[in-house]
Order: sequence, then structure tokens, then C-alpha cells
Amino acid sequence: MTRQRLAPLGAWLAALALAAAVAAGARYTADLSAFLPRAPSPAQQLLVDQLRDGAVGRVMLIAIEGADVASRAALSRELAARLRDDARFAYIANGAARGTERERKLLFEHRYLLSPAVTPERFSVGGLREAIEETLDLVASSAGGLAQALLPRDPTGEMARLAARRLAEGPRPALAGGVWASRDGERALLLARTAAAGADTDAQEAALQAVTAAFADAAANVRAPGAQLRMTGAGVFAVQSRALIKREVARVALLGVALVAALLLWAYRSATALALGLLPVLTGGLVGVAAVATGFGVVHGITLGFGATLIGEAVDYAIYLFVQTGAARGSRDAWLAEFWPTIRLGVLTSMIGFAALLLSGFPGLAQLGLYSVSGLAAAALFTRFVLPALLPAAFQVRELSSLGARLARLRAAAPRWRWLVPALCAVAAVALIAQRGSLWATDLSSLSTLSDAEQAYDGRLRADLGAADARYLVVAAGDDEQDALRAAERVGRALQPLVAQGLIAGFDSPARYLPSDATQAARAASLPAPRELRARLGRALRGLPLRAARLEGFIADAAEVHAGLRLRRADLEGTALGVALDSLLLRRAGGWHALLPLRAPQAGAIDAPQVREALLGSGALFLDLKAEANALYAGYLHEAIALATAGVAAVLLLLMVALRSASRVGRVAAPLGAAVVVTAAALAAAGQTLTLLHLVGFLLVVAVGSNYALFFERAGGAPEPRVLASLALANATTVIGFGVLATASVPVLRAIGATVALGTLLALAFAALLSSAHGDAR
Amino acid sequence: MRAKSLASAVLLAWALAAGAAAPWTLERLLQGFAQTRESRASFVEKKSVGVLERPLVSSGELRFEAPDRLEKRTLRPRPELLRLEGDTLTLERGERRLRLDLRGNPEAAALAESIRGTLAGDRAALERVYRLRLEGTERDWALTLVPRDAALAALVKRIRIAGHRAGISVVEILHGNGDGTLLSVQPLPAP
Repeated sequence: MTRQRLAPLGAWLAALALAAAVAAGARYTADLSAFLPRAPSPAQQLLVDQLRDGAVGRVMLIAIEGADVASRAALSRELAARLRDDARFAYIANGAARGTERERKLLFEHRYLLSPAVTPERFSVGGLREAIEETLDLVASSAGGLAQALLPRDPTGEMARLAARRLAEGPRPALAGGVWASRDGERALLLARTAAAGADTDAQEAALQAVTAAFADAAANVRAPGAQLRMTGAGVFAVQSRALIKREVARVALLGVALVAALLLWAYRSATALALGLLPVLTGGLVGVAAVATGFGVVHGITLGFGATLIGEAVDYAIYLFVQTGAARGSRDAWLAEFWPTIRLGVLTSMIGFAALLLSGFPGLAQLGLYSVSGLAAAALFTRFVLPALLPAAFQVRELSSLGARLARLRAAAPRWRWLVPALCAVAAVALIAQRGSLWATDLSSLSTLSDAEQAYDGRLRADLGAADARYLVVAAGDDEQDALRAAERVGRALQPLVAQGLIAGFDSPARYLPSDATQAARAASLPAPRELRARLGRALRGLPLRAARLEGFIADAAEVHAGLRLRRADLEGTALGVALDSLLLRRAGGWHALLPLRAPQAGAIDAPQVREALLGSGALFLDLKAEANALYAGYLHEAIALATAGVAAVLLLLMVALRSASRVGRVAAPLGAAVVVTAAALAAAGQTLTLLHLVGFLLVVAVGSNYALFFERAGGAPEPRVLASLALANATTVIGFGVLATASVPVLRAIGATVALGTLLALAFAALLSSAHGDAR
Repeated sequence: MRAKSLASAVLLAWALAAGAAAPWTLERLLQGFAQTRESRASFVEKKSVGVLERPLVSSGELRFEAPDRLEKRTLRPRPELLRLEGDTLTLERGERRLRLDLRGNPEAAALAESIRGTLAGDRAALERVYRLRLEGTERDWALTLVPRDAALAALVKRIRIAGHRAGISVVEILHGNGDGTLLSVQPLPAP
């Protein structure tokens, strides 16, 4: 080997080692950061904050099924006890009375600070009388148990009021065996809140494993044969979806590589050729990952999943080199001179197409763009400068001349079928125009890996637990904690009329759990001093069956508040109230946020404009998280379509510069355009709505297909049999690789697989059909 | 004089004959209830509470539909509807709606079963929770229910249901804390 040949080899090995080192040290993530726009609006930032580390993402719903009611209840208690000691969980609730004593005590001690009914009027003689009469009515009623027990200390019924407000929060879970259960009683239910954010998939996985281990441990203590554990929640789904994607990518990659390797082994009849042929793929993949890790700091799962698809184009380069060498009069240098310019143009075409994605505001797509551009460049450079040097001196792959001859006869017959291309295009165009309104999926859930059954199960558990889906939020900002709480109280007053009108069913607010200091002080000031209260009670109780002397407990409690007892955030720590507060009162860069989730009326959705109008001037922001997420996704989609269009324009410009003839450019572009249009129509006809991933698939069709079209164009429409054989082989590997991907159970992988497998097959067929006339005319 | 003594002799004989034919037993009392598919009554409830000087009075209507639906509709002083159906207890009071699954609340279930079990004539259901004692005659009987379970006994010392044939006239509940509830019932024609 000459020094001239050693230099590229050394550079390749060094680059490969460096890329491998960078890839090995890179941070990989499957979290939602791929969806956070680079320059988010305040609403988008809130949306992603909520999805990433909001309360919704931290909630884990746990169900225990099978066995009998008593064993399920025992398991629920054992599981809750174990998880309460686990630092990975901030809060565990299973409905058992033991867990709620602290909350009740806290509410009772601070009832005069928490109850919105506490006003100076209520503690006037008339107000006291009215409140006590009402409480006596409650004592007389069938629901009077609690009111009766508390009567001497809480004659105005503040506890009943606070309890009623919590009831108004929506249906409470049913109980079976003293713990929460589903409506039908067949499942025991627990609600957990993880300490880690929902988007921290590793931590969520650890929490998931902690629950599983604690359940196994509990099951060993409680004899409950057949009892099973099931979990849902955003974090759980993230963990499952990551595992599913990993599993599917591994399966698909293994199967794809095995099938492609088998095909190449059949074609080459040489294990050396097979091994060498996969080197461009390896090089491209590693360099792509390293480039993304360097450029973005973190590699997203979507990008890695796409890694397998690089095989589609990178494996072609070696095929062209190996199979076409014979056509170039047997010498590699001749091949380089004759065919390399065409391949180089194909590579540049692909790179420019994918480079458009680099401009995307959607980090997931931008990563894909960088990955493809750098990966393809590396694979092509390797094939051009290193691979020829690696080939043994007597390297020879099997002659594919008989295949080539047959293909040449087929191609010669193609002109008769040329009309097929415009005919198919016309049908496809009509179909696409007819469906143009519903062609693209504008819903973020179109990218979800969740099955309908899983979604339904999650919905059932949520309904049984009365867990809000937290779709609607009002966000009030403040400079500090107190400022945010006061803002929340103002928003609460603005929302109250909407509740009365039935426009919203209700709302939650951090000020419910922790009223602002100002509100607490105002409520405390509503309570008269003990001597005065005693005098007022004496007058208020005239004619009632209750004596003021029985109410010394009440007077003492009121005196404590009057003297300065206040509720502090620290008092709530470790209780359900504290957990609720933590999810609604958040510290953010530059201040505090108070979140007020709204509950939609029974009738369905909330009328956003009316809520916005009610909030006018308050500075608070109304968010429909689902609409916001869909809008974000739709924005990405529109941007991606625009970028892809720009990419196509750039590709045409490149071809124009390279080929210097509009008709030559037309002969390259026509089969590609036709392939994309017919593929899109076929997908739509199969009932698929197109997503971002289909769009990426189309780009890949153009990238891979441009090589085919360029070879046909270079040969004036009639490539030599060997070249035809190399194209057929290259296309077969692509169709196999992506066809396998089309069998994946993850919708996003299936989308890319089906698009590219069909699209590249059509691109080759159309290139053959369209170029023939030109070639035969020569 | 003769006529009068004759009449009393006939009456005595009839009474003896009736007694001999079927002695007054728990079985017969509950059979009588079991045959009533539907019944309606007005009630006045007096609740004696320790801290109060006078009992609290409320009134309304009771309705039973076999096999397991019992409604207590309070009209005064404040409208309220308590409904027991199957294993579910619902309470509607003003804006509030409370729903309780009795399978998860043995105490509430026991209390609910005392009246419903009697009206349904379901001896097994009653005896699962209470020790039963029947006193008096068919025309004036009293059934006392004492909880078997200690936890329940801490809440309810005993329930006494008194009546006339297959009709209840009084339900008296003595609570564990010494408070008491007296429910006076007046049958209404079935709807």
C-alpha cells in the first residue's frame, strides 16, 4: 500500500475512533425536550414546563387487580406503607383513613384562615346566629355526624364548608375494604406522585421499578394469589414507550441487517465484500451521532431511531462501487473517473435536501437534519477515499451480468409502459386534492406510541380516582410567593362568576391551600376578641337550643387566630394539601407562578374566549394545554413542509448548476416528484394521515431516488447492464430495510418504513420508465 | 250482660285459636314484611344531642321498594334526600351530592341494613350484623337489634324498631355517645 493510500486510511481510523468516543460519551434522552421550540412563546414555555415537570407528569396511577377485595385492600395498605418510606415518591394516597388524619387536623386548626366564609359580617350577632342555625340544621340531617361531633368547637360549620368545597372538586373515589377502589370494586387504586419530574424518564423508570419491587415484597407478606399490579400515568407511558421503541428498533435493525446481509451475500458471493460494504453505514452512523452530540449536547431517541434508516442510502455507495467496477472496464480508478461524479452529485443532492431540516425550530427535526447531512457526507467520503484502498488486490464480486441482461431487456420494453407514470400521477393528484383538508395529522397524539386500549385504561383509572386531566390552566405570575398567591386570589374572584354561570364547572387554586398573608390577616381580623365574641354569642343564641357556655372551645380556637396564628407553607409539607400546593405554586426564572386548573363543564369543552375575557386586565394567562400542544405540533409540521419545499428548490438549483440544462434536470426530477406524489396518495388511500415522519420519509425518497435518476440520466436513459444490476440491488436493500421498519408496532417507525420502501421502489421504476424514450431515441 | 260475656268469650276463643295456629315469631314478622313490595310513610325525627338543650326535629317521607331501595326524603327544616340502593348510599342536600359505597363502609352499611333488612324481611342480612330480640304481640311488637361487632357497638348501642303487624311505627337509635334518635313513622297509602 502506498503512502498516498495510507493517509486517508489513517484519517478514517482516527475520525472513526473520535466519533466512537464522542458517541459513547454522549447524553441520550427520550424526553420531551425534542419538542421544546428553540424560541418558545410564554405559552409554549409554560406548556413544555407543565409537560416536563408539572404535576400532571408526576402523577402515577396504580391499580391492584385480581384476588379478592380483602387481599387487594391489604396489598394496597402494604404497598402504600412501603412507598411512603421511599424518597422517590413525594406522596402516596390510597384512601385509607390513617393517611388523612394529618390533613384533617391541619384543616381544622386553620379553619378560620382557610374558609372563604370568614368575614366580619359572619361574626356579627346576626351572622353568628344564621351560621349556627345552619349548622344545627346540618346536625339534624342524615349527614350530621361530623357537624355534631365538631359542634362545640365549630358552631359556624367552617369544617363542613371546607369539606363541601373539597367534595365539589369532583367525584371522590369509591372505597372497598377501606381503601380506594374502582367504581365496579374490582380494582384497588393508589395515587402516587413521584419526586422526579415526569420527563426524567430514567427517574420515572426507577420509580416504576420501586413500585414493582414494593408490590412483590407486599405480595410476599399478604397471601393474595393472582393479585396483579398495573400502572399508568405520563411518566409510566414515557418509560414504556422508550422501552417499546428500543425493543422495536433493535428487532427491526437486527432483522433488517440480517436480510440485507443475506441479499448482499447472495449478490457478492463474498464475505469480505459484505463486511466491507457495511463499513460506509457504520462510518456514517457513528459520525452522524457524534455530530449531533457535538452540535446539540444531547442525542434524542428519535434521531437514534432514524439511525437505522441511514443504511438505506449509505449501503448503496458500496454496492455501486463493487458492482459497477466491472462496467468501468475493471479498474477502480476508471470507476472513480466514470461513476464517482454521478454519485457525488447524488450525495450532494441528498445533503442539501436534509440540510433544510437544520433550520427547523423543532429540535427533533434539526437533529435529524444534522445526523443525515454529516452521516451521508462521512459515508460518501469513506467510499470514495478509503474503501477502494481497503479492497484486496484480487477483489472481485460475482458477475451480475445475467441479472443485468434481464434488467436491460425489461428496460428496453419500458417505453410501451411509459404512459403509466403520468396516468398514476394524475390519479394520485386527484386523490390528494380530494383529501387535502384531512391529509396531514395536526394532532400531536398522531406521534404517540400508546395503543387505544392503554389510553382507555388510563382514562378509566383517572375517572375512578377523580384525577383531573389538567387540560385547562390559568397561570398568574408574581414577583414572589406572596405576590403570586395574591394574583391567584384575584384570578379566583374573576373566575367565580364563570362558575356561577356554568361556563366552567370549577377551579383549583394554590390560595385554597395557602391563602396569602393579606387574606389570612383579613380573615383573622374578622374574628372578634374573646370577650366580645362571648357577648355576641350570648345574644346570637337566644331562643336556640345551644348555650354559649358549651362553646368555650370555639372561643379559645378563635382567640388563637385572633392572637396571630397563621398557616405557613412549611405546615403543609408532607400532606396531600402540601402536594397540591407544590403543584400549583411554582418558582420560575424571574418570579413565581400560580396555576389554577379549570374543570370543564359536563357539557364538554371550555369556551376559551369567555374565560380570556373574564381574565382581561388581570395579567393572567389562560391555557388549553391540548390545543397548545396541537398548535405547537401543527406549527412544526407547517414549518417542516415549508422547509422541505425549500429543500426541493435548493436541490433543483444544485442540479441546474451541475447539469446545466433544464431538460436534464427535468429528467432527474420527474421520476422523483412522481414517486413522492404517488406514494403520498397510496398512504392516504390506505387510511393514513400524514405526519412529520412521513415528510422525513419523502425527503429520504428524494435522497435515495436521486441516485437512481442520476444514473439513468448520465447514461442517456439506458445504463449498462452492470449499472442496472447495481441499482436493482441497491433498491432491493432499501426496500428490505424499510419494509422491515414498516412492520414495527410503533406508528412513527411504521410511517417512515412504509413511505421509504414504497417511494424508493417507485422512484427506480419511474426513472426506468421515463428515461427509456430519451435513451432509445439516441 | 250475657251478650257481652258471649262476645268476650268468642273473642277470647278467636284469640286463642289465632295464637295456636301460628305463634308470634320473628319468622312471621319478617315474612309479613317480605310480602310487602312497596310502602310509604311520613316521619318525624327527633335527634337528641348532648350539647343541645332540646332535641332537633325534622320531618319528611320514607319510601321502600323491594328488594333493596330505601329513600328518606326530609322536607323540613331543610330539604334533603337520602337514598339507599344496592350497595350505594347517596345523599343530596342543596348543591351537595355525596355518594358512599357501603362495601367500603361497614359501619354505615350496618346502620343502613337495620331498617332495610327489616323492611325487606331479610333475616340473614339482619343476623349477620345484629343479635335480634322480638317482644310483644303481632299488634304491638318491638324488635331490638344489638350490634355483634365491637367497633359498630361503639357507634350504635342498639336499635329498637316497634310496630303493628307489617308496619313500623317507631325506630329508636341509641348512639354510642349517649345521643339518641327517635323516628316516629306514620304509614301513608301506597302510591
